[in-house]
Amino acid sequence: MNRDEALVLIKDVLTSAVPGADASVLSPDENFRDSLEMDSLDFLNFIEALGERTGLPLPETDYPALNTLHGCADYIASRTSGQ
Amino acid sequence: MADFTMPSLGSDMDEGTLVEWLVSPGDTVTKGDVVAVVETAKSTIEVECFDSGTVSALLVTPGTTVPVGTRMAVIGPAVEPRATAGAKQPAAPATGLRAAPGRTVVPGGDAVSTPLVRHLAERKGVDLSSVHGSGKGGRITRSDVEHAPVEGPHRVKASPLARRLAQEAGVDLSTLRGTGRDGTIRADDVRATTEGHPARTGERHEPVRPSPATPEPLHPARSAIAALMARANREIPHYYLSTKVDLAVAMSWMRDRNASVPVAERLVPAALLLKSVALAARQVPELNGYWREEAFFPASAVRLGVAVSLRGGGLVAPALTDADTMPLPELMATLKDLVSRARGGRLRASETADPTLTVTNLGDQGVEAVFGVIYPPQVALVGLGRVIEQPVAVDGMLTVHPTVTATLSADHRASDGATGARFLTAIDRLLQRPEEL
Repeated sequence: MNRDEALVLIKDVLTSAVPGADASVLSPDENFRDSLEMDSLDFLNFIEALGERTGLPLPETDYPALNTLHGCADYIASRTSGQ
Repeated sequence: MADFTMPSLGSDMDEGTLVEWLVSPGDTVTKGDVVAVVETAKSTIEVECFDSGTVSALLVTPGTTVPVGTRMAVIGPAVEPRATAGAKQPAAPATGLRAAPGRTVVPGGDAVSTPLVRHLAERKGVDLSSVHGSGKGGRITRSDVEHAPVEGPHRVKASPLARRLAQEAGVDLSTLRGTGRDGTIRADDVRATTEGHPARTGERHEPVRPSPATPEPLHPARSAIAALMARANREIPHYYLSTKVDLAVAMSWMRDRNASVPVAERLVPAALLLKSVALAARQVPELNGYWREEAFFPASAVRLGVAVSLRGGGLVAPALTDADTMPLPELMATLKDLVSRARGGRLRASETADPTLTVTNLGDQGVEAVFGVIYPPQVALVGLGRVIEQPVAVDGMLTVHPTVTATLSADHRASDGATGARFLTAIDRLLQRPEEL
């Protein structure tokens, strides 16, 4: 998966995991956990759905890298086939 | 012959609006089946029936607001259809509805009127009350919704809360632009329009005397909270205790556990905290129960209320049943499900029935400590702050550990500070042995 594909997927996952979230208004480096007021359960829902869609294990220690659209896209692109 | 009445879905509810019947006359229902959707001032709730039998009459039409206790339907004996006065009721089909208690009614095949169908209807902007159901017992199926005309008086896509707010404020939904998914009008869009404008009088009770100042329009959830909390502060002599709990052991145990399991089985700190509160409530039963008629009635089980803040504003506190005996992974799964359905507006009546003790957890973005107001008729409320890194003294050395401040607001009529202190100490002790939770 390349970065652009990853971004589309992330936004899709965010929208489905967080009811009422509007991923289209997020800026790439913004911490969406804060701006979407996600609590730990919301974030876990997001990670769970992201893991299902990408097949990545997404360990808890990597959560800090997954707070922003850019961070997430880099992470997924570097760990799946495309770069 | 039994009556299905408007249930009390929490001590602050005195009336409810029937949104939708999920059964029709002639349907066979089993105790625990979800038969109706009811909207309270705070939430939309799926209501189960308490009897088994055949629905012989529906007495209330959707959209009607009735007081708690009002007869809404008559449930007759299971097999023999009963002719009610004037109305001819069709016999229940032999392959009538059957569902496990606590489950949504799912008739055979795909003839469903489940949250899935309602969700689809909402997405498509189809008003379910205008759809003819082709399923068993007139149930609305997925294909009914798919083929329903989108044109019509209700084709504007809006959330149920937005519809209600718009109706109260006298706003025409078709004049608004929705910011939700596919242009769905959200509650916030309605609020943005009505801000600053006094609402059209939607109150059923006229104010006793006119107020000289123009009041802000009150969200129905706000007024329900206002009434209950005012009563709590007026009637309950609260006392407050607070203690800081070192979570180093608990968090490290949780991290290790989470590292070895798939995402779906991972825990969040809230699950550990809630489990320890539930166990502490069992150890200190003086705080788990109700104050009624000048006496304390301890509860036989722990139904832990979890205050969930809703995105549109307001809060609900559904209960985790048997939270003290439920294994931690199950508690976590139940919590996830409960919170997401509370926010999606699809709680079950059995989940909103009065908790025996409530926890308010302001969570990740919250504050260090929260001192809450007790939900009557309960006698205590536990407040959990955010888990934060704080300096603590360990073996005479200063170090930094994750900590949480646990507080207790308790009813002084039912208990004293010493009891409360025992309770908070129990929580601390339990959290030092997370593997036993």
